[in-house]
Amino acid sequence: MNSTERALGWLDDRLGVGKGRSLLDKIFPDHWSFLLGEIALYSFVVLVLTGVFLSLYFVPSTKEIIYHGAYAPLRGKLVSEAYASTLKLSFSVRGGMVIRQMHHWAADVFVGAIAIHMMRIFFTGGFRKPRELNWMVGITLLMLAIVNGFLGYSLPYDLVSGTGLRIAYSIILSIPLVGSYLAFFLFGGAFPGNGIIEPRMFILHVLVVPIIIAALIGAHLFMLVRQKHAQFPGKGRTEHNVVGSPLYPTFMAKTLGLFFIVTGVLWMLGGLVQINPIWQYGPYQPYKVTYAVQPDWYMGWLDGAMRIMPSWEFTGFGHTIPLEVLLPAVLFPGLTFTLFYVWPFVEAKVTGDRAVHNILDFPRYRPKRTALGAAGVAFYFTLFSASATDVLANFFQVSLNTVLWSFRFLAIAVPVLVGLVTYRICKELAAMPVTDEPKRSVILSRTEAGEYVMEEAGMRPGDAPDDLDPIAVPARIGASVEDASTGGAGLPTR
Amino acid sequence: MNRETGVQSDGDRIYEPDYVPGHASGDRPMPENRDEVPDSPLPLVALDDPHLMPAAKNVKHTERWIAFLIVLASLGFAGYGAVYWQGGQPQLEGLTLGIGLLSIGAALAAWGKYLLPRGPFVEERHDMRSSDTEREQMAAAVIDRGKLVMRRRGFLGKMLAGAAGILGVVIAFPVIRSLGPLPKLALDKTNWRKGSYLVTIHGRKIKEDDLEVGGIITVFPPGYEGNAMDQTVLLRASTSPFTTKAGRETWTPKGYVAYSKVCTHAGCPVGLYQEQTQQLLCPCHQSVFDVLDGAQPVFGPAPRPLPQLPLMIDSEGYLRAQQPYDQPVGPGFWERS
Ligand code: HEM
Ligand code: FES
Repeated sequence: MNSTERALGWLDDRLGVGKGRSLLDKIFPDHWSFLLGEIALYSFVVLVLTGVFLSLYFVPSTKEIIYHGAYAPLRGKLVSEAYASTLKLSFSVRGGMVIRQMHHWAADVFVGAIAIHMMRIFFTGGFRKPRELNWMVGITLLMLAIVNGFLGYSLPYDLVSGTGLRIAYSIILSIPLVGSYLAFFLFGGAFPGNGIIEPRMFILHVLVVPIIIAALIGAHLFMLVRQKHAQFPGKGRTEHNVVGSPLYPTFMAKTLGLFFIVTGVLWMLGGLVQINPIWQYGPYQPYKVTYAVQPDWYMGWLDGAMRIMPSWEFTGFGHTIPLEVLLPAVLFPGLTFTLFYVWPFVEAKVTGDRAVHNILDFPRYRPKRTALGAAGVAFYFTLFSASATDVLANFFQVSLNTVLWSFRFLAIAVPVLVGLVTYRICKELAAMPVTDEPKRSVILSRTEAGEYVMEEAGMRPGDAPDDLDPIAVPARIGASVEDASTGGAGLPTR
Repeated sequence: MNRETGVQSDGDRIYEPDYVPGHASGDRPMPENRDEVPDSPLPLVALDDPHLMPAAKNVKHTERWIAFLIVLASLGFAGYGAVYWQGGQPQLEGLTLGIGLLSIGAALAAWGKYLLPRGPFVEERHDMRSSDTEREQMAAAVIDRGKLVMRRRGFLGKMLAGAAGILGVVIAFPVIRSLGPLPKLALDKTNWRKGSYLVTIHGRKIKEDDLEVGGIITVFPPGYEGNAMDQTVLLRASTSPFTTKAGRETWTPKGYVAYSKVCTHAGCPVGLYQEQTQQLLCPCHQSVFDVLDGAQPVFGPAPRPLPQLPLMIDSEGYLRAQQPYDQPVGPGFWERS
């Protein structure tokens, strides 16, 4: 008995870990698109690690103090404690600037990875039975990630994020019946309230939302393990198996590598690429005007929707319904996420397909879904671009009016066009003959006699190893053929 | 512990000492025949099975690359330590530790991808759906036992639901109502009063010739400098009074005009003044207001004109408010009439 065996035995006596061996055999399909969810996961890990570091220094208070820190241009100015502590984090805590910027970059990558991961699931039909629940957990995660990103972005209380908070207040205010009550309860008064919003956002941002996110990630992965991965069609792959690499050791090595790559990229971004230089914006003062106010990218679609919305306000019966805010900033995102939630059921209803699916679709064979999805992506992307109306007007030297009306038109035209083109492309691609043969390089050589001979070049790094039939993960690995010669499927193992 | 009986008592519960040393599961000998049970259907595979071959074509080559990456990572890590020790510098910190982490990551990923068994391996998948019997039993358990709970006790059930309902309602008060004050009239009124001086952010009162034509300044009622709801833009559009809207003839002494600075769209400060076009622009969603026409929105999502503050110039030449705003300032809300 060696020490590993002894340790495993010790644990098994107490926890029965031996019964969990099959977990080590858990198969992960080898396809790049499966990395997206992992990137999101590791960005979250980075967010928690860097976030804990930040919270050791950050002071969640809007109380105004006179700044006399390391950043000379602001010395002697009145700033909030939150703002001052973020400057301190950036300029006086060694390593703080990198970690603060890394946290912000990680937030942008986190939401981005979730969004692209979700597109992957959508276009390949990964949300179909039995995975509808996990799709819904994923949508909730996307929503919470956006919310927490907005909360974190608002914490430093700089001029840009303070202005964003002002807009958020107005959005809450726009809700009929309860809007003003909600806004007053949350902020403790008319904007900017009595200062309570900062510690409230802080505790939501660093504790409440992250814990919910962590719990949902747990549920997401639990379901993933229970149901096992879906997989693309391929050699030896059926609805009743999964083909790929086992958790231990292959996937573990690869995914640990990915973790460090994600961490490394984020760390490098944090050090090399400036993000949210709040000292350039200045501290938040409600009467100060900001130029080119731009929220983080994942809020862009809402900002764009608010910009291109016509100024329709309903007044009557002694009441006001600010549709110009309510529609683009409350009802529209509400509708968006509702649609996301119910999509698996809507599609099942429309297609009548209620079977269990463990084999993913190639998008080209589902032209309607793919076209709809592409149109959706185009729609949100157009709205996102519309959040830069002022920048675009300046850049192209055209009037804001032209830009605005173009976007109102484009928000409809682009999705329709993209949808139609996607549909055609899918049809064309699907009509092309499929060759399942993997491409292999050949070596062409000339013999002394002048003959040309061609041989296969064999496996190269990166070649998909799907020329073999898949086998079960071996329980035991023999040292040589002799060891194994008596072996074979179904034989007792020791 | 009762020494005579050997029975441990804890309140009225009694634990029988059924623990027999040497018989705990950990010390229990394994059944002799355990090894003969084929408890794993998985095959024994030879080390030179093609599935166990590394995916790398040239293993030596790949190993050299990985070694190089690990060396690079160590250098990166050490470099970071050196940069930190020297006082830290964001770009260098990013570069050193970044290279370190990336190299380690690349090394591990390459190890997994090129040096470990190329597979492919397969795992059977079991249906989520249980057998019909299991489903029936589960449903029966839930339904039958549920019935047992409620049998001839429908009334108790209703009472329970009622109690839960009361709890649900009262718990909402500490959870929601305690959060903040009621809006009352706070959204309808500002701190501008009849006769309020117009003061700057520093509390300095504005006099009649403080602004040139084309000048703009943000003003507040005295004592509320910096207040988010009271902020008002004071402009001088000309040298003589003009009319922004019928009924407001006296509101613009000497060409001064004041509007609420809180955008009627989503509340951003409307602070960009274009003198040639006499327009105020909101930076947030580009609403444009016509200064000469009672701040009527001419572009963008803002639904209403900015409320106008009626001005006067007192005998000492100070600018003051004739009246408070005649309507709530800022974005719309349900109670606004
Ligand atoms: C879903 C996960 C999270 C997201 C999307 C997120 C996003 C953000 C963003 C965008 C900022 C603004 C950074 C800046 O430029 O200043 C921020 C700030 C902050 N975050 Fe997070 N965060 C997350 C999780 C956490 C966690 C788990 C913690 C702590 C345990 C944390 C602690 C902080 C602190 C203290 C700040 C303020 C300091 C600063 O502004 O630099 N965050 N967050
Ligand atoms: S807040 Fe002024 S245009 Fe939206």
